[in-house]
Amino acid sequence: MKRKLLSLALILLVVFSLCSCAFSGNASDVSLNVYNWGEYIDLSVLDDFEEQTGIKVNYTTFASNEEMYSKIVSGAASYDVIIPSEYMISKMIDEDLLAELNFDNIPNYQYIGEEYKGLDYDPNNLYSVPYTWGTVVIVYNTEYVDEEDVEDESIELLWNEKYSGKILMFDNPRDSFALAHSKLGNSMNTTDPAAWEAAAEELIRQKPLVQAYVMDQVFDKMISEEAYIAPYYAGDALTMMDENENLAAYVPVEGANRFFDSMCVLKNSRHKDEAEAFINFMCDTEIALRNAEEVCYAIPQIESFELLDEETKEDTMVYPPEEVLEKCEVFVNLPAETLKLQSELWIELKTHYK
Amino acid sequence: MSKGVSVGNKKANLFPFSSWMVVFVLIPIALVVYYAFTGVDGFTFSNLKWVYTYRSTLWLSLELAFISTVICLVLAYPIAYSMSRASARIQRNATLIIMLPMWMNFLVRTYAWMTLLEDTGLINSALRAIFGMDFPGLHLINNHGAIILGMVYNYLPYMILPLYTAMTKIGDSLIEAARDLGASGAQVLGKVIMPMSVPGVISGITMVFIPSISTFIISKILGGGKDFLIGDLIEDYFLGSSGVVNYNIGAALSLVIMVLILIATFIMNHFDKDASTSGGGSVI
Amino acid sequence: MKKLLNIYNALIGIFLYAPIFVIVFFSFNSGTSRSSFEGFSLQWYAELLEDDLILRSLYYSVVIAVLSALIATVIGTLAAIGINSLKGWKKSAYLAVNNIPVVNPDIVTAISMMILFVFVLGLFNSMEMGFGTLLIAHITFNIPYVVLSVLPKLRGMDQNIYYAALDLGCPPMKSFIKVVIPQIMPGIVSGLIMAFTLSLDDFVISYFNSGATFQTLPITIYSMTKKPYSLKLNALSTILFAVVLVLMLAVNLKKPQKAQKKA
Repeated sequence: MKRKLLSLALILLVVFSLCSCAFSGNASDVSLNVYNWGEYIDLSVLDDFEEQTGIKVNYTTFASNEEMYSKIVSGAASYDVIIPSEYMISKMIDEDLLAELNFDNIPNYQYIGEEYKGLDYDPNNLYSVPYTWGTVVIVYNTEYVDEEDVEDESIELLWNEKYSGKILMFDNPRDSFALAHSKLGNSMNTTDPAAWEAAAEELIRQKPLVQAYVMDQVFDKMISEEAYIAPYYAGDALTMMDENENLAAYVPVEGANRFFDSMCVLKNSRHKDEAEAFINFMCDTEIALRNAEEVCYAIPQIESFELLDEETKEDTMVYPPEEVLEKCEVFVNLPAETLKLQSELWIELKTHYK
Repeated sequence: MSKGVSVGNKKANLFPFSSWMVVFVLIPIALVVYYAFTGVDGFTFSNLKWVYTYRSTLWLSLELAFISTVICLVLAYPIAYSMSRASARIQRNATLIIMLPMWMNFLVRTYAWMTLLEDTGLINSALRAIFGMDFPGLHLINNHGAIILGMVYNYLPYMILPLYTAMTKIGDSLIEAARDLGASGAQVLGKVIMPMSVPGVISGITMVFIPSISTFIISKILGGGKDFLIGDLIEDYFLGSSGVVNYNIGAALSLVIMVLILIATFIMNHFDKDASTSGGGSVI
Repeated sequence: MKKLLNIYNALIGIFLYAPIFVIVFFSFNSGTSRSSFEGFSLQWYAELLEDDLILRSLYYSVVIAVLSALIATVIGTLAAIGINSLKGWKKSAYLAVNNIPVVNPDIVTAISMMILFVFVLGLFNSMEMGFGTLLIAHITFNIPYVVLSVLPKLRGMDQNIYYAALDLGCPPMKSFIKVVIPQIMPGIVSGLIMAFTLSLDDFVISYFNSGATFQTLPITIYSMTKKPYSLKLNALSTILFAVVLVLMLAVNLKKPQKAQKKA
């Protein structure tokens, strides 16, 4: 027994000494809890922020808007800065979860392009500062997917039985249902129960063809060519294409979701000034540029945009031309009964066994 | 004869325990029951209606957990037996070898199975290299088989160790005696070893079946997130990944699992008593 | 027959260690992929040592494991002594309650506590899940294992020594510490070790009961598996595995000598 105790003590010693290096400089006692999407920032930016302001950042990530939302409303955690998508922002505004921002603390807001202000989800520009935007695209592997199947740039590719077992799908209801709605020619914001039932039927029909429902695991599976076809967000699609040159992508002709992810401060934040300082820092021209180069998404910061290299600026996947954007649709917050129906249908899909 | 040493005050010794267990075990379970039978307008049975809606999920979870438990039992029995008959040194080393993998985080280990099983993974690549041809129909992952494999892999040690412990209690002399009296190898196995290992079998089954029926991670990683098991449903209702949080339905599902396991434990204990008295008695 | 059994055992060994081999092997990958090996490198180990998030959650894991194991050992040992002195239905009732967290599936224990915490924290607006809730949850599932490992030692203890000490005028508290504790020490220590291990390894209960900033290692690993897989996890697992392996070997190699001396 003594020996076991001794070995236990040794394990502890090793672990403690390993960790001690992680706790060298704790400059300030104010720490901000920042909650963002995975793979959605240049992490070294956080170090710079800590260095410049002495405010510590606790950075954690989520995989979907719904995951973030439920973590916040359950009271499980108190975050200061969050970066959700537009429909979630309007839902959270409705539920009085977000704080009105003091824009005196965010002078860099002036660099945000006018076309990104006053959008439907925050019409009076009170609660949010845009971080990035983009569209959903369909990524495919040119080695394995025949040219004739992608020529029409259609959403139907995701339902093509030829690629059974090689198709990935979003593991969150909103994005998956949006694709099915577009396929059927319906609005992705429809509140008509019949349209939702029809979309669910499409997804159930697609299920046997789907290899897996994934979020950020899509990177691994597409890059290693485990899967050939996947819908995903444009910026991430570009990151994948950098890693594997066989990959290509298009915005489907039937239309796709256009999203705006914006920075907000929660109402119950105890460090509102520091949170605003963080948002201001993220809108700094150099910082926004670094983030844009890392995450490959389109940015609303005009000065940083000008500094991007020409190739990125002209990339029609990141900054699609007006006629493509016209086909795209922005999510709005769905009424409660539609959300309930969506969740029930999604579970029905996941509990539909062969 | 007083059975135990009563040191100090009995009540004082038990006080921290009883208050802790009441607050953090009994009250939470009471809350689960409460939530299972309430809705927006008070008392209701409607949550149990949802359980009925998800009966196929419940059935699938039972089926996969059952298959995994049986496979674990079949795989573990010969190992536990040969361990229990080996020298003390080998026994110690074998125990070490079986326990060592459990020290590595199970998520990372389950992920490693992904690397092995994928279409572009190591097993398929090896087959391609050996036979010089593709096996396009050979999908090892994102199906129920892979989920079962994940359960068997993760919980096999929980079956081996109790079996082994039970079998070490069967003395070599007992087996020799049976042999001397003319029992064949099969008879020794059927009449001596099997009846005497029943307590180990029972605790092994319990230790494999319970985590198998409630897992929600293995089905996500190795099943491709396609088919929900009962654990996935509970997680979903409590954390709201499908967009709606509903503690009531989640609690009702949890309650059903609890009741199922309670029944199973009860039946098992019954078996255990039968076996250890009659089985033990007939041998000696 | 014996040969067949040995081959079979070797196959099971391969089954148990195949993923371990994969993890260790790919931790030395110079590429980023977890499925194609590009060349030998130690880069993931270097990156691991710079990853604040992982190191911090490792530290938190150890803090929670040590504290919860110690507290559970105190409560559990006292409880075992108390339960041991009980009789009849009272004893059965206490043992039944003790068994609830052992028999209940992790996810049910987890959500039942989550309901309690969400309910209580809802009453006090300024509180959140974190260190406190995690510690409480870990203590709760540790206590029963301590009780279960101390009880058999108490049953096997010779009580007369304790009464002899009392007869000789030793005060009860002192005789308890000097006489009872040493006799049940092996049970206490194995309970402590078991509690420590369980707490270190727990994922499910922590998953439902941790907050924004205080995350244990399994939670961090889980959130990392949701992102593009990082081989840092392989490097981390390899180091932890190596430490445990060395310690176990050290303990195991020394044991036979001691046994011989005794004989």
